[in-house]
Amino acid sequence: MSESGDPMDVTNRVQLPESEGGQAEHEQGPRLAVRQSRDEPEVQREVVFDVRDVSNYYGDFRAVRNVTLPVFRNEITALIGPSGCGKTTFLRNLNRMNDLIEGARIEGELLYHGVDLYDPQVDPVEVRRRIGMVFQKPNPFPKSIYDNVAFGPRIAGFTGNMDDLVEESLHRAALWDEVKDKLKESGMALSGGQQQRLCIARAIATRPDVILMDEPCSALDPIATQRIEDLMLELKHRYSIVIVTHNMQQAARVSDRTAFFTVEVHEDSGQRTGTVVEYDKTETIFTNPSDKRTEDYVTGRFG
Amino acid sequence: MAATHVSATAGAVEQALRGRRTDVGGVAFRIALFGALLISLLVLVILLADVFRTAWPVFRDRGVADFVTSNISSLPERAGVRQGIIGSLYIVAFVVVIAIPLGIGGAIYMEEYARDTRLTRVINANIRNLAGVPAIVYGLLGIALFVQFQALQPITGGRSIISGGLTIAILVLPIVIITSAEALRAVPRSIREAAFGVGATRWEVVRSHVLPYAAPGIFTGTILTLARAFGETAPLILLGAATGFLSTGSAGFVDTLKGPYTALPTLVFAYARKNLRAFEQITAATIVTLLVVLLLVNATAIILRNRYERKW
Ligand SMILES: Nc1ncnc2c1ncn2[C@@H]1O[C@H](COP(=O)(O)OP(=O)(O)OP(=O)(O)O)[C@@H](O)[C@H]1O
Ligand SMILES: [Mg+2]
Repeated sequence: MSESGDPMDVTNRVQLPESEGGQAEHEQGPRLAVRQSRDEPEVQREVVFDVRDVSNYYGDFRAVRNVTLPVFRNEITALIGPSGCGKTTFLRNLNRMNDLIEGARIEGELLYHGVDLYDPQVDPVEVRRRIGMVFQKPNPFPKSIYDNVAFGPRIAGFTGNMDDLVEESLHRAALWDEVKDKLKESGMALSGGQQQRLCIARAIATRPDVILMDEPCSALDPIATQRIEDLMLELKHRYSIVIVTHNMQQAARVSDRTAFFTVEVHEDSGQRTGTVVEYDKTETIFTNPSDKRTEDYVTGRFG
Repeated sequence: MAATHVSATAGAVEQALRGRRTDVGGVAFRIALFGALLISLLVLVILLADVFRTAWPVFRDRGVADFVTSNISSLPERAGVRQGIIGSLYIVAFVVVIAIPLGIGGAIYMEEYARDTRLTRVINANIRNLAGVPAIVYGLLGIALFVQFQALQPITGGRSIISGGLTIAILVLPIVIITSAEALRAVPRSIREAAFGVGATRWEVVRSHVLPYAAPGIFTGTILTLARAFGETAPLILLGAATGFLSTGSAGFVDTLKGPYTALPTLVFAYARKNLRAFEQITAATIVTLLVVLLLVNATAIILRNRYERKW
């Protein structure tokens, strides 16, 4: 249950860049050139996450190995791949959520705006304030709908009008109309899809710099899905989004870049380790993938 | 054609659903389980009925008020339980003030903060063992620590309420820790993750989410603890409660705490040892009083718990 190295005690914290503004620091951030598809103009985007050769272990079990990919600002990055290939594990690296799992370990380097996220001086609490998360299973607090949304801003010291913030967040998560008359009722009493949207509202209420979404639409009907996708497209102008999805159409519709994960089964031990096969512009992944496994997966010939 | 096909299927389904075998094993098992419950209940009911029947003349002839406000006496017609009630409430107060906060705090540390190392596992196992140590052993510990230990003696005053209260507090501490830890462990991990996910510190997670969720369970553990504290007899006999007479009147609060005392269960023990026939009734009446006080304290705790639950 405990975070490794008890980073809460660190007195002299590394200054993480602010969610918005702080441009000067961003300018100095590392820039990686990405393979561009044929006739598009060369766009150099700012790198939010620079993931370098990252592997994940649960005890002795290596769940993910050697992932290297840059995540760009103002983009939607999709992670796709068969079940159990480590998408969730990888996603949880990005806001140090895996710290909370006893025995989980990460190797490699992970830079966020050029700052090493796993530097002992970095406070994971500060990290999670900037990098919000929507979990694979809806997990509202057993509190009122209002408090579900208001908790994050409250602990972050939000001083503005909380009612407005709650309303706005619920609006953007496409939930307001369904709950506006019962904000004081428990978030647990909502349907699964409503709970998921409540979790999205909760995640955006803190105005994070990056939002990590783990299959946010898996419990939603097409209309709500559409609205969440609209939300993502709107959010990416200000923030950056990393989304795990099993829905190929969704990845194709909304994402700018797609990473395809797959599972490699170790011949002797039978260990199943996930890794990234291909990472490219979404269009390329879906129309002209360079790896046979990617092609099989996106065309539905596999898993 | 199609219609007959459908109805044939429907018929088969109907038959399959209606097919009811008598499940002999299942029924027999159910009867056996019910029997087990019945026997336990029966023993309890007979015991209680007997106690109440024996105690009844005391309450009838002297009235409840007279019995509970009378002091200890060697004359059965004047013997009462006043000092016992007060002594028991004092001891429970020690438990509430010392054992419960310490125990809950320890449980929070173990479940929420301590890393899962060999040391914490050893400590955990030992706390479980401590809960199983016979009460009389705690009594001996209490004597060694609070009565014979020279440095503490001036504070505790020897065989006093303080010594008895502290000993009972130590005795129930492992129970408080175990029940609280159990309640904390039952809080879904997803709730903690959700709170961490919006940037809460560990303390904020514990305070705003884990504790409110675990509170009913912790309260339930507290109620069990209080019941245990009320009923515990052996260590108190070692620590002087049976002979004590609770200094009353002019003595100050601290003097009272440092003075002799008695508690309801030890009073039961003391009255039961007297050979007079009439003391049988007094003993039974004391037991009834103990049960009623216990029920009152538990009821208060349950009301508090329910109120807290609703508020949250
Ligand atoms: N807490 C954990 N402890 C141990 N092993 C874990 C843990 N969480 C995940 N794993 C293992 O890591 C591997 C990757 O799991 P992960 O949840 O990241 O997959 P995923 O790609 O998100 O799958 P899905 O699409 O089904 O959600 C699996 O083999 C899983 O068994
Ligand atoms: Mg997953």
